[in-house]
Amino acid sequence: MDNLLILLLFPLVGALVLAFVKQSGPAKRLALLFSVIAFGLTIPFWSQFNPGAGMQFEQQFAWIPALGIDFHIGIDGISLPLVLLTNVLVPLIVLSSFSAEHKGGFYALVLAMQTGLLLVFTALDAFTFYVGWEVALIPIYFICALWGGEDRIRVNIKFFIYTFFGSLLMLIAIIYLYVQTPSGDFALASFYNLSLDNATQRWIFWAFFIAFAIKMPLFPFHTWQPDTYTTAPTAGTMLLAGIMLKMGIYGLIRWLIPVVPEGFAAYGWLAVLLGTIGVVYASLIAFRQNDFKRLIAYSSIAHVGLIAAAVFVWNVQSLQGAMIQMVNHGISVVGLFMLVDIISRRLGTRDMGKMGGIAKVAPALAIYFLIIVMGAIGLPITNGFVGEFLMLIGIYQYSIWYAAFGGLTIILGAVYMLRAYQKIMLGPLNEQTATFKALEWHETVVLCVVSGLIIIIGVYPQPLLNISEAAVTDLVQQIGSLTR
Amino acid sequence: MGAIITLSILAILVLYLGLFKANKSLLPVSLAGLLGSGVLLLLDWNKAAEPLYSGMVLFDRYAIAFSVLCILITVLVLMLSKDYFDRISTNVAEYFALIIFSLTGAVLVTSFHNMAMLFIGIEIMSVALYILAGIRKKDFGSNEAALKYFLMGAFSTGFLLFGITLLYGASGSFDLAEIRQFVVDNPTGIPAMFYVGVLLLIVGMAFKVGAAPFHFWTPDVYDGAPILITIFMSTVVKAAAFAGFLRLFLYSFEPLQDFWVPVILIITIITLFVGNITALVQHSFKRMLAYSSISHAGYLLFGIVAIGSTSSGSVLLYATAYSLATVIAFGSLILVKRTTGSDDYESFNGLAKKNPRLALIITISMLSLAGIPLTAGFVGKFILFAGVLADYQVLLVVLAVINAAIAIYYYFRVIVAMYFKPTEREVVAYPINYQVVFVLAAILTLLIGVYPGLIISLI
Repeated sequence: MDNLLILLLFPLVGALVLAFVKQSGPAKRLALLFSVIAFGLTIPFWSQFNPGAGMQFEQQFAWIPALGIDFHIGIDGISLPLVLLTNVLVPLIVLSSFSAEHKGGFYALVLAMQTGLLLVFTALDAFTFYVGWEVALIPIYFICALWGGEDRIRVNIKFFIYTFFGSLLMLIAIIYLYVQTPSGDFALASFYNLSLDNATQRWIFWAFFIAFAIKMPLFPFHTWQPDTYTTAPTAGTMLLAGIMLKMGIYGLIRWLIPVVPEGFAAYGWLAVLLGTIGVVYASLIAFRQNDFKRLIAYSSIAHVGLIAAAVFVWNVQSLQGAMIQMVNHGISVVGLFMLVDIISRRLGTRDMGKMGGIAKVAPALAIYFLIIVMGAIGLPITNGFVGEFLMLIGIYQYSIWYAAFGGLTIILGAVYMLRAYQKIMLGPLNEQTATFKALEWHETVVLCVVSGLIIIIGVYPQPLLNISEAAVTDLVQQIGSLTR
Repeated sequence: MGAIITLSILAILVLYLGLFKANKSLLPVSLAGLLGSGVLLLLDWNKAAEPLYSGMVLFDRYAIAFSVLCILITVLVLMLSKDYFDRISTNVAEYFALIIFSLTGAVLVTSFHNMAMLFIGIEIMSVALYILAGIRKKDFGSNEAALKYFLMGAFSTGFLLFGITLLYGASGSFDLAEIRQFVVDNPTGIPAMFYVGVLLLIVGMAFKVGAAPFHFWTPDVYDGAPILITIFMSTVVKAAAFAGFLRLFLYSFEPLQDFWVPVILIITIITLFVGNITALVQHSFKRMLAYSSISHAGYLLFGIVAIGSTSSGSVLLYATAYSLATVIAFGSLILVKRTTGSDDYESFNGLAKKNPRLALIITISMLSLAGIPLTAGFVGKFILFAGVLADYQVLLVVLAVINAAIAIYYYFRVIVAMYFKPTEREVVAYPINYQVVFVLAAILTLLIGVYPGLIISLI
């Protein structure tokens, strides 16, 4: 099976079917079936993938010939990890929302978003990329606004307008680049071959950068994120934090830096700085949080800040670190939000002050929780460590100071994560936590898979690193590293 | 040509049918006549176009495409009108006849080849509308709408005539081709009178399309007129007026771009901001759509700012996208108002639970107006932006993008009201003719959004 278009459209077919399923029981099972089959369809792509062979499984169809727009998709070493991440996470996300008894419409939106996300990661034509980018936004808006918590209308309108404004800026840049191409088309290859003057490259850099910085989010464009993550339903937050923010980082690697290398050389240092500031800033705020979900939201900003800084440093180690950390962060954040969901649904609150001693009544949960927390912190043997280590080596080659501050993410992460663990799981029981219900089967599956992946990738990350190594080396040779 | 004759005879026929009280046959006869005119127009598609009636009209592909668009939207409007006019008055035939007369004017405006014909077409189109806007004789809002439209319309047509006269004085002809020849032959010797004439024409046409600062009539007229007439005004009349505006500047004044593009650029920027910011603060859905139609006029003006070979295709696409979405938007307001009696956003509260299919179609229309990908509205904006960026007017596109982000807020208010404000309400009656029109419009919106090659490659 090597037809990329089928891989992309399969979740959409599932979404159309699920839109008409009314009862939650069949809807849940059908959604799980579709997402697991989608995952199964991805495996041949991994096994047949040849890391050194550049872009593979390409398909190209004329879409709007008058404007030189083609529907052009393909996978290479940069996109395959993210495609795998998406198709591994969506079944887990579907499983995680089983308790909420959603009807078919909810799962239809989740699967429709999956197609949009896959389209973004595999697009080789700028118009296709933009369409995928926006198509992923509509389902998540409805998921968060229809099934979210308090104040969801205002928060999600803010999220939508903020993100949409960024993508419109990107649209201007894309159209401008199209006008500049000699062949008058939107192909990625044509954009790479453009030679633009410095002034143009600079503003195009900013247009793309702001769009991606809002998506990730990068300090100071992060203000939409904590509220949106906190009021969204569990599946919505997992989709946002697990996969959607990777769209921003992927955009940096694929669409920003290789297209405007001069702009990158001029302003890349600023991005590294913003990322590093975000690490410290968000970690300090995370430490002050009593709401467990909000704490994880801020920790996500911190982790992504480090990934963004690593991307902009642009050497082989930091990029490899960023690539694998994208996958790791996706997995661990799904685990973390699953924990939030499990605990908050049973206790009716996310306030850590009201929790305590759950480890005594739910020892299995305590073990999974600990593994996931260690993965989030970046303890050796967990996947988090592999990514952080590689990124810090890369950033160290740029500047020891940035590496030092970036490395603070590990220490600060340990502080707030272990504090959260202590407050929630350890200490004395109170009346609420004493009656902690046992884990249900789907929660156990999600936690088990996530913990398993955390340890497996932590111990043996080489298969994942192999996927992206050749592509990353090529990119770094094409566009020189950032020098201090 | 056959189309104009058919439409005129059709309108008179409808009047006679009204005379004989054959009210049941009015709608089928009108629809049949409209479809017949559309077919007659399409028969000319592959013929080499020649100016007809001593150079008065020219039915080239541009004219045929826009005329067919106007006829198509009128068909949709008339399909919605079953049972509509009966509630206002017993003399139903007049409405149909006036709408068809106005459509005849619209066809003339899209196909004119002589300035006198432009004026005649605009007048035929508008006079019928002055009456239609005020057709609710006992309603203050309707009377105000008609009077405002008539007075301001007459005034602006004065500007139009003055401009045409000055152009005639300078170039010696009313004919578009001869004026173009005059402009091309005298690159340096064009009298100041000509330029003043062009400016006055801009004023006259800007009024007709509802561009700022000549837009002040639009909200009150759209708000006061019966909703079905508002649909007709904001779609067919706007599309035809833009077709005429673009036709004039594309055929005759293109070599003088450096003179009039800055003027239209300023008008465009003011229009975008005025339309969007005032729409933001509205409580009434009807008035919001009226103000947002001003902002859409601003986007359509992009096609004229970046005048060139791609202008006609992009304006056609955007006009089609905007018309389809507007038909759904105003049409749904008619249905909702019947149960709640109010134009406000609150009328839409909780609609998704009671009428899920209707809510979905309204959502598609709002997404298209906002410019979300996979809808025709997005492709329309995309092509207009591409045309303007090709001229390096980057600032204009940045301003347009800011406005598009502002517009999300008020278009999403409807979606929020429908889905996220659950309220006890009755199920809205959703008659079959509305279902057909809405589903057709929604499918076309999505189809054009995914495969716009259908429309772009036409002209």
